[in-house]
Amino acid sequence: MSTHQLPEHPDFLWRNPEPKSSYDAVIVGGGGHGLATAYFLAKNHGMTNIAVLEKGWLAGGNMARNTTIIRSNYLWDESAAIYEHALKLWEILPEELEYDFLFSQRGVMNLAHTLGDVRESMRRVGANKLNGVDAEWLDPQQVKELCPILNISDNIRYPVMGATYQPRAGIAKHDHVAWAFARKCDEMGVDIIQNCEVTGFVKDGNRVVGVKTNQGTINTEKVGLCAAGHSSVLAEMAGFRLPIQSHPLQALVSELHEPVHPTVVMSNHVHVYVSQAHKGELVMGAGVDSYNGYGQRGSFHVIEHQMAAAVELFPIFARAHVLRTWGGIVDTTLDASPIVGNTPVENMFVNCGWGTGGFKGTPAAGMTFAHNIATGEPHRLNKPFALERFETGALIDEHGAAAVAH
Amino acid sequence: MLLISCPNCGSRDETEFHYGGQAHVAYPENPNELTDREWAEYLFYRDNTKGAFAERWLHSTGCRQWFNMLRDTVTYEIQAIYPMGSPRPDAAGKVTAETGTASTAADSTTTGSAAPSIAATSTFPTSSTTAPEGATK
Ligand SMILES: Cc1cc2nc3c(=O)[nH]c(=O)nc-3n(C[C@H](O)[C@H](O)[C@H](O)COP(=O)(O)OP(=O)(O)OC[C@H]3O[C@@H](n4cnc5c(N)ncnc54)[C@H](O)[C@@H]3O)c2cc1C
Ligand SMILES: [Zn+2]
Repeated sequence: MSTHQLPEHPDFLWRNPEPKSSYDAVIVGGGGHGLATAYFLAKNHGMTNIAVLEKGWLAGGNMARNTTIIRSNYLWDESAAIYEHALKLWEILPEELEYDFLFSQRGVMNLAHTLGDVRESMRRVGANKLNGVDAEWLDPQQVKELCPILNISDNIRYPVMGATYQPRAGIAKHDHVAWAFARKCDEMGVDIIQNCEVTGFVKDGNRVVGVKTNQGTINTEKVGLCAAGHSSVLAEMAGFRLPIQSHPLQALVSELHEPVHPTVVMSNHVHVYVSQAHKGELVMGAGVDSYNGYGQRGSFHVIEHQMAAAVELFPIFARAHVLRTWGGIVDTTLDASPIVGNTPVENMFVNCGWGTGGFKGTPAAGMTFAHNIATGEPHRLNKPFALERFETGALIDEHGAAAVAH
Repeated sequence: MLLISCPNCGSRDETEFHYGGQAHVAYPENPNELTDREWAEYLFYRDNTKGAFAERWLHSTGCRQWFNMLRDTVTYEIQAIYPMGSPRPDAAGKVTAETGTASTAADSTTTGSAAPSIAATSTFPTSSTTAPEGATK
């Protein structure tokens, strides 16, 4: 467990400028992905006459609501490549951004509870190793050594039959990640404009030439959509459809505890995941609500189900109290993989569909999306994640393969 | 947590039901004539409405019948419940729930959430190739 002090709260990390009448590129959505995209546009492509428009407050969407788990143990080659690239960036970003966002590589375990789980997990460990992703298979005793509070007895409803383990995986302080990117963007001249909602687009034929906002119309040569749960709403305004369904996803935290939970534990089968935040809260998440929703709240039975499993797996949790629950709106695709690339509208690009697992992808989403926006062509890492895959059938089917929904 | 009024069984907890996604998505009448783009639309593209949304639900642990529901995806208010095969009620004029029973017609399937509705073509202007609603030509 980290003994770091939390970084200072940033009061003046970025300016709050009025929007200019025109920019070379406009990024819609000031979450982690939008900020990372702006950062890499400025840093790698020298595009600094750009703006990030955020309808609420900076990174107040899913970026502020996620359970902060970072890992790259995905099954398919395309996913392993982009998430492992993200993990490598996470490893160097605190220094590059000159801001310690408490990236803690405490490892992630994905538990197996059935023989089917065991076989699928071992297959994934093999696939990970072939892709240069660190991965190990642990037997129940080794699981217990790494996380002593886990109940590994075999007479419980979801017995632990082993786990995959990725030692380089972990968590990071999500708000601080956003602030770190925002500060560097600002330093390089990027305008970050909060309380600026995009309400429509200006097109010249099939080419986007501007965005309409509640702060007026802004002309721009390029538009990048990074609006997570609202991407399909924006796409509709621009005149095209996305194969996206928005669902509520919840998380919760306990009160503060002494360090008890040394790693991150996820369960494929039960769908609960737990880590202990730097301050000491137990942070927990589960699956999405089955129905579409934009309400930023979820169903109580999902919490009930996840808590039942958590208490069985971690008997000491029985005496912990839930302090808060909250919800976000995640944008899911049918193959459970993101969509990053060009759209049917010229000069408009989309980064969405990261569903329940896009925080970990933040640096690679930003890097590849910036490349795509700047050059008009996809980066080799985001090329397979193009919108066309739903038409060609070249899906990257991570559902069930990826170790928990994402 | 939703309290859903099954047309056959009355008000029950959300946990008794299974979500079936967007309602009124017609199975293509001439599948052989569809382009890849139209297949993509039929298989993977669904509306993702922010507001009143027509969707299908299955009372899986009750009567095991499908029915349609009009629900606001922001407030989660259930605005209408109506039988499979019936046209979508006007979102503004609220239709009272518990009108009629869930249909056992061809579109009232129990084969899972991916099962297409095939009886709703009459209620929606679809393209001449009878591609699914919203398909581009
Ligand atoms: C409860 C929960 C737990 C999660 N846990 C994890 C996890 O452990 N690990 C992981 O990797 N991922 C996790 N995720 C997923 C992750 O948070 C998202 O995939 C990721 O944050 C999406 O990218 P983003 O950060 O840019 O999205 P967001 O932060 O949601 O950014 C999108 C922004 O667009 C803005 N916007 C929308 N419409 C408009 C408009 N019209 N005009 C202007 N701005 C607009 C929104 O206000 C929002 O700030 C979790 C998500 C939730 C909800
Ligand atoms: Zn019923």
